[in-house]
Amino acid sequence: MARYILRRLIAMPFLVLGIVTLAFLLTTVTKGDPLTAIVSDRQMNDPEAVAAAKARWGLDRSLPERYLIYVGNLLSGDLGTSFITRRPVAQDVLFRLPATLELVIAAMLVGTTIGITLGVLAAYFHNTGIDHLARFFALFGSSIPVFWLGLALLYVFSVKWGILPGPGRIDPRADLPAMVTGFMTIDTLLAGKIRLFFDALWHLILPAFVLGWAVAGTISRLVRANMLEVLDREFILTARAKGAGEFRVVVRHALRNTLVPTLTVIGYSFAYLLTGAILTETVFSWPGMGSYAVDAARGLDMPAIIGVTIVGGVVFLLTNLITDIAYVIANPRVRLG
Amino acid sequence: MTRQPLFAVQDLRVAFARDGEYFEAVRGIGFHVDHGEVLGIVGESGSGKSVGVLAALGLQAKTARVRGSARFQGRELIGMPRHELRQLRGSRIAMIFQDPLSSLNPVMTVGAQIAETILLHNPAVSKKQAMDRAIALLELVAIPQPDRRVAQFPHEFSGGMRQRVMIAMAVANDPDLLIADEPTTALDVTVQAQIMDVLADLQKRLNLGLILITHDLGVLAGHADRVAVVYSGEVVEEAGVDDLFKRPSHPYTRGLIASIPNMLVEKERLFSIDGAPPPLGKLPGGCAFHPRCPQAQAICSETAPVLETFGDHGVACHFGRSA
Repeated sequence: MARYILRRLIAMPFLVLGIVTLAFLLTTVTKGDPLTAIVSDRQMNDPEAVAAAKARWGLDRSLPERYLIYVGNLLSGDLGTSFITRRPVAQDVLFRLPATLELVIAAMLVGTTIGITLGVLAAYFHNTGIDHLARFFALFGSSIPVFWLGLALLYVFSVKWGILPGPGRIDPRADLPAMVTGFMTIDTLLAGKIRLFFDALWHLILPAFVLGWAVAGTISRLVRANMLEVLDREFILTARAKGAGEFRVVVRHALRNTLVPTLTVIGYSFAYLLTGAILTETVFSWPGMGSYAVDAARGLDMPAIIGVTIVGGVVFLLTNLITDIAYVIANPRVRLG
Repeated sequence: MTRQPLFAVQDLRVAFARDGEYFEAVRGIGFHVDHGEVLGIVGESGSGKSVGVLAALGLQAKTARVRGSARFQGRELIGMPRHELRQLRGSRIAMIFQDPLSSLNPVMTVGAQIAETILLHNPAVSKKQAMDRAIALLELVAIPQPDRRVAQFPHEFSGGMRQRVMIAMAVANDPDLLIADEPTTALDVTVQAQIMDVLADLQKRLNLGLILITHDLGVLAGHADRVAVVYSGEVVEEAGVDDLFKRPSHPYTRGLIASIPNMLVEKERLFSIDGAPPPLGKLPGGCAFHPRCPQAQAICSETAPVLETFGDHGVACHFGRSA
């Protein structure tokens, strides 16, 4: 087990280097000229201004040179400077990433809780009304577009009924707490601002539910299928013959065996949401990685695009690693040397 | 009989719904077993022997309909509230099943599974005590290094060792009745005898009532006190084990005995009963066995014979006595 984790950790730097290289090369093959993002249209005709801009951003150097400089800077945590915000990309990401993480973690909590519960109920009450209802709910969640669902829920809960706040992470008039973790719910608590904590929590509910519902659909279908198979296995009969109650039979014996394959999907969904939350972030004006990436792509902001790609890739790798480790822990039959 | 047997099943019927209609897989089965007694129930796969016993303990499939009577220590199990039945299962009545690998939870250590049985029925026992008892139980079923093995998972055990774990789990709460459903069928021949020895030894030591369900009459010869032969959801013959082997009265029993491999008599090929048991819902009229019976007469396809008892030898055959 320890050797397995070590081996995976040793492989990490090489994988990251691969991501960096790919992300860097991809930007060089795009059609758009990054100069248009830096230099205004009027100055484009001024060769001196163009040359100055090229020198300022290193665009006059050869590709291998730029690559080596980039990788060198990366080693000291420098992701370059954004063309648009004119701030270090690393700093932008440090502010954006926690916002996305907070949203995605909340969405995964909602999604796995609903997904597992629905899957278990559907399997246990196989082919009954409960099963059909659970499957309909799951199918609805995973087939409805998130931007539509987001807008509809915002309209109903925020505009029409006013029981939940509108877009954003927190009341815009609020006196923001100092950024410690970047998680609004945690930072407000750390600052001792209980009312702001609840405000941040209320703001999380709708976007987390919108994203979580889609995940719940996938998870519940998987859990249901696995549960149906596990409930037919003989050790379930053994558990009942032992005198275990139905709740215990389902949760401790059946569900635990179902979790092994489910873990993989939960890990994958998490990684997918991190990069796929763009639409939800847009609808809810959530200042996360998704909206940052969209802005960067629109403005041909190359340093930002590469930076987002690298950070997304690394988070994806880490998620996969954690998933695989959890898989080994949950499944004693896998023994890795 | 004035005295109450430990476990008595009477006219037990189990039916399964298919397309809105019920088909009986168990058609009025009856048997009884006492403390310290070993009852063998023998029959082909699909004869309803396992289904009937499981249903008596409330472990039937959700779609099944159960009728009749199954009394344990005088208490009626059929229709008993589920939580009361649950208190009996695993404490007073224990079971072991055919395939010890699939019968054990793959993601729990064997110790945790044995301890669970103890904890479920003894809320006052601590986890630590339950684990200590689990180790003692593994020792009881002769598993070497029990203190190390207790923390291992089922896949780390061999087939025979797994069945020992199942047995340890079954006797964890010192039950009165143990039901072993084909306990050796999935095991290697060499291991079968060992497992039967462990079972027989525990049965005597704990004075268990033991029901041994099997399709192999040979297994019963050395271990059962009495045998009930089941065909197509009914008991067709019941007798003391010696009596049954000496004077088998039902043609089906005779067929079963003739099919046991015998090394003393040289035979070209093993005897087998022609045909297959009737499928669910496709019972022939009259005696269910008559299409396969070498002695069938006209009456056999018209009237179903009832179990008649001569002394303590019961047989359900029109020609049972004359045979």
